[in-house]
Amino acid sequence: MSEMIETLEQTALSDYKYGFVTDIEADEAPLGLNEDIIRFISQKKCEPEWMLKWRLKAFRYWLSIEDKEPTWANISYPKIDYQNIRYYSAPKQKIAPGSLDEIDPELRKTFDKLGISLNEQNRLSGIAVDAVIDSVSIGTTFKAQLAEQGIIFCSITEAIQHHPDLVKKYMGSVVPMTDNYFAALNSAVFTDGSFCYIPKGVRCPMELSTYFRINAENTGQFERTLLVADEGAYVSYLEGCTAPMRDENQLHAAVVELVALDSAEIKYSTVQNWYPGDKEGKGGIYNFVTKRGICGANAKISWTQVETGSAITWKYPSVILKGDNAVGEFYSVAVTNNFQQADTGTKMLHVGKNTRSRIVSKGISAGRSNNSYRGLVQVGKNAHHSRNFSQCDSLLLGDKCGAHTFPYIETKNSTSIVEHEATTSKIGEDQIFYCNQRGIDTETAIALIINGFAKEVMNQLPMEFAVEAQKLLAISLEGSVG
Amino acid sequence: MLSIQNLHASIEDKKILNGIDLQINAGEVHAIMGPNGSGKSTLASVLAGRNDYEVTYGSVEFDGVDLLEMSPEERAREGLFLAFQYPIEIPGVSTTNFIKTAVNETRKHRGLEPLDAVAFLKLMKERMKLVKIDQSLLSRSLNEGFSGGEKKRNEIFQMAMLEPKLAILDETDSGLDIDALRIVADGVNTLKRADNAVLLITHYQRLLDYIVPDFVHVLYNGRIVKSGGKELALELEERGYDFIKQEVAEEV
Amino acid sequence: MSLVETIQDKYNELNTFAGNGLLGSMREKAFEKYNKSGIPTSRHEEWKYTRLTSLANKNFELNATAILPSDEVLNSIRLQTEYAAELFFINGVFIKEISSFQNDAMVVLPLNEAAESEHKNYLHQHLNQSSKYMKDGMNALNAAFTANGLFVLIKKDKVVDKPIIIYHLTDTTDDNVFVQPRSLFVIEENAQVQLIELYKNNGLQESFTNEVIEIAVHENAKLEYYKVQDETENCHHVGTTHVQQVGKCFTHCVTVTLNGGTIRNNINMILEAPNNEGHLYGLYMVDGKTHVDNHSIVDNVMPNCFSNELYKGIMEGNSTGVFNGKIYVRQDAQKTNAYQSNKNVLMSDTASVNTKPQLEIYADDVKCSHGCTVGRLDNEALFYLRARGIDEKQAKALLLNAFASDILEQVKPEALRTYIGKKINERLNIDEL
Repeated sequence: MSEMIETLEQTALSDYKYGFVTDIEADEAPLGLNEDIIRFISQKKCEPEWMLKWRLKAFRYWLSIEDKEPTWANISYPKIDYQNIRYYSAPKQKIAPGSLDEIDPELRKTFDKLGISLNEQNRLSGIAVDAVIDSVSIGTTFKAQLAEQGIIFCSITEAIQHHPDLVKKYMGSVVPMTDNYFAALNSAVFTDGSFCYIPKGVRCPMELSTYFRINAENTGQFERTLLVADEGAYVSYLEGCTAPMRDENQLHAAVVELVALDSAEIKYSTVQNWYPGDKEGKGGIYNFVTKRGICGANAKISWTQVETGSAITWKYPSVILKGDNAVGEFYSVAVTNNFQQADTGTKMLHVGKNTRSRIVSKGISAGRSNNSYRGLVQVGKNAHHSRNFSQCDSLLLGDKCGAHTFPYIETKNSTSIVEHEATTSKIGEDQIFYCNQRGIDTETAIALIINGFAKEVMNQLPMEFAVEAQKLLAISLEGSVG
Repeated sequence: MLSIQNLHASIEDKKILNGIDLQINAGEVHAIMGPNGSGKSTLASVLAGRNDYEVTYGSVEFDGVDLLEMSPEERAREGLFLAFQYPIEIPGVSTTNFIKTAVNETRKHRGLEPLDAVAFLKLMKERMKLVKIDQSLLSRSLNEGFSGGEKKRNEIFQMAMLEPKLAILDETDSGLDIDALRIVADGVNTLKRADNAVLLITHYQRLLDYIVPDFVHVLYNGRIVKSGGKELALELEERGYDFIKQEVAEEV
Repeated sequence: MSLVETIQDKYNELNTFAGNGLLGSMREKAFEKYNKSGIPTSRHEEWKYTRLTSLANKNFELNATAILPSDEVLNSIRLQTEYAAELFFINGVFIKEISSFQNDAMVVLPLNEAAESEHKNYLHQHLNQSSKYMKDGMNALNAAFTANGLFVLIKKDKVVDKPIIIYHLTDTTDDNVFVQPRSLFVIEENAQVQLIELYKNNGLQESFTNEVIEIAVHENAKLEYYKVQDETENCHHVGTTHVQQVGKCFTHCVTVTLNGGTIRNNINMILEAPNNEGHLYGLYMVDGKTHVDNHSIVDNVMPNCFSNELYKGIMEGNSTGVFNGKIYVRQDAQKTNAYQSNKNVLMSDTASVNTKPQLEIYADDVKCSHGCTVGRLDNEALFYLRARGIDEKQAKALLLNAFASDILEQVKPEALRTYIGKKINERLNIDEL
């Protein structure tokens, strides 16, 4: 065993391969947060008056709770100085790009380097991309093709300008601005994100995705994503994120709202790979995210997440199962290494009758990290015959990390069934030896075993993503695993 | 091929092997028999490189190279295969994927190109027949929920895939019914060639009816106390291990 | 006057009993702590589901002495069994006069006398250890008023073959009362004991009990501990049982709640020595407006410990059940095996259950698991019974009885098991099985 730990510990942390910085001139707001900054953001975005009002309202609410940053999560970090963050930073482009072809080549190169081609011809034909860098979306692919079926896929900024009715109707309807500390902050200062609307009965023909990139220094990213699947519609949506390696911590506070109307289905997958900080725990992204979806009758929302990055992850993608027969799913793999801390899980709120939810959470802790699952399953009075099953497994690599499970189960209905199971284990020496005996070295063996451990979740990812995610698992555990 | 000289090994300061000498040449089948606790499985583990055991004295050469200096995976890649007495379950890792990784690691070691999916599947189909293992078993998680017989057959199947120079079968017969035993033995016999060797570790003579050894050694108290041809196994079967114990006692 | 105000009012008056020694200084520190934290509110994560605020605002009498009950009353609450000791707390005050015990196996003293006795080292060592885990105002409040408590020492090598029974009788005939029993048990090396705490009440006014019992179990000793709550709906209860496994030893604890108002049971099992073994069981079978909250902590501090926990709940009427189980595995506690399970049956649409089984693990070579279920009776089983001609009500009762029997089996003293079994059958309206 000691030998295995040594292998785990000796291998140096591989370079975070997305850690580069693109040198681009930026159009920035000054550091700090006040009403003028919010007006500045709103103005930069050419927003209508109602949007500014909404932001200011959120800001005033946030001010009223400013010193009540949540403390219940199993994470610790120095106090965030909200006045020492830049709330707006946009790459300066010579001309506003009228089409994808006109995007600054430097930016295009950045995304190429990240493996995200903004060139429609080069893309796998199955995926449309919205690319967001710091505070703005720089382009969305396949818009025209999608529009043929009435699908709207654009940046939220654009949506506010061109589809105000939809935005007004749904923004804040799932995550109210007063929902929590970080949601309030986001509602005040959000800069960009993606918007998507799938009309009634339409099955979106390709995967939609947003790629988030933090580039500028001292800048927080506050994106806001809103997905609406109208009755009977279907969409599968992917989200990826990276950031440069920097010594200071950067804040990322996003809000994602999903609306699945009656009989609609939304599948939302995330591969989160924000910069996790270095081996000593210096730097890295603070990732405070509120993600929630609401299901109408017979609707289904499925969250899949692979969380490998960020110094701190605070994230609970949730589903409100409002309509009868609605289905909510949450599949998660969270990996923490070195000094990373993750407190992540889900909330399944059963409101309608015959609602079903399933939670599969796999936590892997290595180094000196702490990895917590926190989940709430709530069955309301009228959620007759509802059903939940949760499975939370933790795997510990090394004896300096922690794995924690905090499920909350609240049931008010006697015809419903809720089940929760959790286990904690380590990789068995005998498993490693068995692999060794077949000629597989320890590092590969651990990677195999970990991928096996996470398989149930990985299987939920769309093909193109699954391969990437698997590599990512191995990479993020390098230095502790290999 | 394998040359063991005066091998001593212990676990947690408890001496288990007390000076083993054994020479195995290419083309030979050796059987090691002995009562419970005589050190049979320890010998297999030491040869495969399990690090719970400490070699306190002696040497083992494998094709002229010091085996004890090698890591377990190097030994495996050099062609030493251990069929485990208790094969390990690894949840979520499919048997196919596992074997493919193992085969390609070994090929890499031998300077061969990795097999692509098509070539690998072809090889697999061919070798599956040897041990009459079912395709559906191979798509399941490694050994998870396998019956005792299925696990053992899976071991021999892996042996067929990896084509080792020396295969050590650690009580592969235990827990097998007569049909499964025959399938396993047929597999081993088919894989037998002039340039490889087999070391059978067993408590009972039964397996030796199916895989006929060239040499039989009796292990007792961590030493080989008697060696002979296949008739020795029959003698043991007839007279039990007690006569060996008695002989050893008399010698002392 | 609200309870909160009464507490301030009575603190100085009542604590002359404690003197200035060990108890005095503990009491002072605790009162300071209580003043800082106050009565916990539901904003406190550990009190999320149990609300005490309305109780804290009610009027309760707080007295240091109690009127002795009549023999008739005492007889009515006695278990029909032989005993090694019979110890009475009346309104939170230990009454030595009516208690009796076997002298050769144990020492029984009021806590304030024990503090001055040859056993005071044990008090230094073990008294108020629970405060390390219970950081809320309730634990501090009990400590702040510690005076008329109980100290019991089970002597080295003594195997006490009959149970020690503590009767807690709350008399609420005249006034609402707030009572705070406190006990310290020390089980010396190689000793074995069965300890029963039975809660009963008398009267229609409300009571609010805030109990702390600490039990230190030394090398190779064996403890069986049973806490049975059988009060009426006007009785509220916050209790902490703190089991400190000082040496390699064995413990077996069962908490049974049959009835009551707002109830919160904390049980802490601290596995301080390598190779400790502990078992925790609980049954809560409640109806009406009863709110029962079982909060457990199993702390694996040293290697090679084993713990197993099983709590089962049946909620009827408007009752609420809460389970909060926490298993800690500290960094040195390698090779820990810790299991936890909580199963609940909801029998009515106005009953509810909140459960939080939690694992906090800092060692890697461990086997830990927890599970919990909330559901109803198995329809298939119900149907099977009915297909055999058993009516629905009876069939349900049979199934619930079977559900509860896992825990009932863990109650080893026969008289107590019979007592609880009878109560369960009465509740289910079924005849003796």
